[in-house]
Amino acid sequence: MIRTRLARIAAASLPLGFLGLFLFYPLVRVFALGLGPLVRGGWSRLADTVRGVGLAGLLASSTLQALASTALSLAIGLPTAYVFARYEFPGRRVLATVLALPFVLPTVVVASAFAALGMGKGLGTVLAAHAFYNVSIVVRIVGTAWANLDPRLGEAARVLGARRGPARAAFALRLVAPSIAAACLLVFCYCFTSFGVVLLLGGPRVSTLETEIWRQAVRLADLGAAALLALLQLAATAALMALYARVQRRRSAAMRQAPAAASRLRPATPGRRAALAAFGYGPAALVLLPLAAIVAGSLVTRTGVGLAAWKTLFRNATGSLFWTSPLEAGRTSLVFASGALILALAVGLPAAYAAAGRSRREGRRASGPAALFDLAVLLPLGTSAVTLGFGFLVALDRPPLDLRASAILVPIAHALVALPLVTRSLTGPIASLDPRLREAAAALGADPRRAWRAVDLPVLGRAIASAGVFAFTVSIGEFAASALLARPEFATIPVVIFNRLGTPGELMRAQALAMSTVLMTVCGLGVAAIEALRARGPGGGEAF
Amino acid sequence: MDASRFGRGLVAVALAFAAAACGTRGGELTVLTHSSFSASKEVLASFEAESGATLRFIEGGDAGETLGKAILSRGNPVADVIFGIDNTFLGRALAADILEPLGIPIPSTIPPDLRLDATSHLAPIDVGYVCLNADRAWFAGRGLALPSQLEDLVQSAYRGLLVVEDPAASSPGLAFLLATIAHFGETGPYPWQRFWRDLRANDVLVAGGWTDAYYNEFSATGAGKRPLVVSYATSPAAEVFYAADPKPAEPPTVALVSVSPFRQVEFAGVLKGTRQLRLARKFVAFLLARAFQEDIPLQMWVHPADRGARLPQVFAKFALIPERPELLDPALVDARRDEWTREWTRIVLQ
Repeated sequence: MIRTRLARIAAASLPLGFLGLFLFYPLVRVFALGLGPLVRGGWSRLADTVRGVGLAGLLASSTLQALASTALSLAIGLPTAYVFARYEFPGRRVLATVLALPFVLPTVVVASAFAALGMGKGLGTVLAAHAFYNVSIVVRIVGTAWANLDPRLGEAARVLGARRGPARAAFALRLVAPSIAAACLLVFCYCFTSFGVVLLLGGPRVSTLETEIWRQAVRLADLGAAALLALLQLAATAALMALYARVQRRRSAAMRQAPAAASRLRPATPGRRAALAAFGYGPAALVLLPLAAIVAGSLVTRTGVGLAAWKTLFRNATGSLFWTSPLEAGRTSLVFASGALILALAVGLPAAYAAAGRSRREGRRASGPAALFDLAVLLPLGTSAVTLGFGFLVALDRPPLDLRASAILVPIAHALVALPLVTRSLTGPIASLDPRLREAAAALGADPRRAWRAVDLPVLGRAIASAGVFAFTVSIGEFAASALLARPEFATIPVVIFNRLGTPGELMRAQALAMSTVLMTVCGLGVAAIEALRARGPGGGEAF
Repeated sequence: MDASRFGRGLVAVALAFAAAACGTRGGELTVLTHSSFSASKEVLASFEAESGATLRFIEGGDAGETLGKAILSRGNPVADVIFGIDNTFLGRALAADILEPLGIPIPSTIPPDLRLDATSHLAPIDVGYVCLNADRAWFAGRGLALPSQLEDLVQSAYRGLLVVEDPAASSPGLAFLLATIAHFGETGPYPWQRFWRDLRANDVLVAGGWTDAYYNEFSATGAGKRPLVVSYATSPAAEVFYAADPKPAEPPTVALVSVSPFRQVEFAGVLKGTRQLRLARKFVAFLLARAFQEDIPLQMWVHPADRGARLPQVFAKFALIPERPELLDPALVDARRDEWTREWTRIVLQ
């Protein structure tokens, strides 16, 4: 008992140390800097600031927008996840990769694609863009859980009388409810703190807490108001996560799991084939349309359709020191993404074990520190990127940790952003591992590492690959990049895209879209490579 | 090892660290810029060769973000030189007390009206003009005259034609707002607030930033539908330079340089707390010298501050310098900028 407790503390200390240094410490410093003068100014100053920024309205509009976005992402994502997890059909693997691509696209490129498709600015476009980005989270997290379900559970349900499709689907839904809740939480938080999509596609009449934080901090230089809003955003997401944790603890249970590929079906009847086509190819088409608009945009100039942008992509027309070739940018992106992936898994796996161990043993009554740990791991989701960027500046500014302009900070920041995704996609599968299997392995004389390889890895491999894909795509897409100080010699693909789109001229725009195409290709190949690696590893099969 | 030798060793190590911390290992000069900064390899290499220093660049986002980050790291600056503070943020930079006095002469070929910092902390390096750009083909096709003054924009003939950037989120957006304030004034029968109220009624579109306005909403450059956009006087020249071959004889767009252009002067300065004061000043002097000034146009698509600098052909032909830009006192801009932005937000967005 004491040994497992110690093991859990050890497992929790690495993620806590990482979060402490790179999340809490910078945040505390920047909040102190921003809120200090407000608090010293007394109650009236604080109240003035709250009124000045329109706090209540911002909170309400952020929440409603995020709820609607989450609902739309679920409506598209759930049937897709089911179909992808349970059925085998032509193009399934390619489409599964395609669904991950929006995740890496800079919002300014997505805005360009949506404009090309004739979508105006407004709340509707924001919701569509959020669904475009987040369907892959639902598909990946819920799909992994569905694929992992032992098919005998379904057969048992049939025997027990759940004969018709809907009844069985409802049964399956209930079994993956924890994963659905996890996906909802993540998607909601992403939409709640959304910045680029809202700024560019919402038009200036739609705002979130995060866009207002940026405006206050950067444009109006009001660090006090920005810190107040950032704190509120953090508190709101923390409250939501605490609620989620309560619900979640009541639900998880050890379940028998099976490798996915073995249990995948081929559609039998014509009706089922039609439904499959609708839910398998339909959402993929929704995602493919903007992607196709991006590729098409790279081929069109005033002189007609052609490869003008692609031919000039490798040419430094003005001999600028700040120009980066696509190859260099691709290499930098891959190096950062690999670093972020390794870091996120190194921190996320122990975090997930620590979280899962507790939720299994302690049932619904989690101790205070344990609940706080679960919360801490999810907190990067509610953290305002611009605030954290300022936090890095004021906190990590002394040797040996003067990381302000260090390239190392980039994979660290990416790993931080990816951590909630990585941990959440691992906790469920770890919690549902039957502990008796490992005990049996130990009883048969396996040392802990061997037992982990023999028992955990075959089932977790799929979830680890999925988590790796998340970390990789988060990094390739350069989430929160603008919050950091950038080094031009380490420009990544998204940075090159921003630079091209900052200059007038049709070739600049077409080259930016060509680079976006390169970005999607790099991401697609990376995701495919991670899944191939996984397929060759123990347990075999695909990520989902 | 006896105690005194150990002590001496310790002192030596400490001294070595102190020396490293003081930057005596030779000249590395760090320059903090906004992400639109650019210069040719050749010109920057000439500075390195001449001074023996190694240049290192750090980008802080757009102009506002970069200044914000410089202010936050004051006391322990992340760089030695800052480039890209413009006249709309000049007051904020000076008030934050983040700069060393320039300590170098400003060349006489830089016109006095660009030397907006009377305290001599910031040197003017380049000038951009924010103004309306129009889609030539669109106006020719409809037989509609190009607007010749801001007042035209609220006429029904120009309804739904203009896209501007949100001044609370974008620096050309702010510049255009300031141009309207300079043009219409705050008092009188038709102050700037009334103009914007009328512009709103005339269906002006507000975009989140320059890229979005120019590439997604402007009809001359992509999928957009609006033939008038707030951009720069040099944008048509860039449209020629960065057109697919064969290059057009005329740009597809025209900058309306006589319709209330707003002048944006970009400055450079030495950050307080630098350990490379002499080298930093040398670099600012280099930014003011001919070689760099003549490199500016094609790299950053703005005009050099030095009126004597030779311009590339595409600039001479298609990037006209406005004769009468709208002017506002930087001190006034600094005092009122946030208030004006909030008022604009109330009028146009709420």
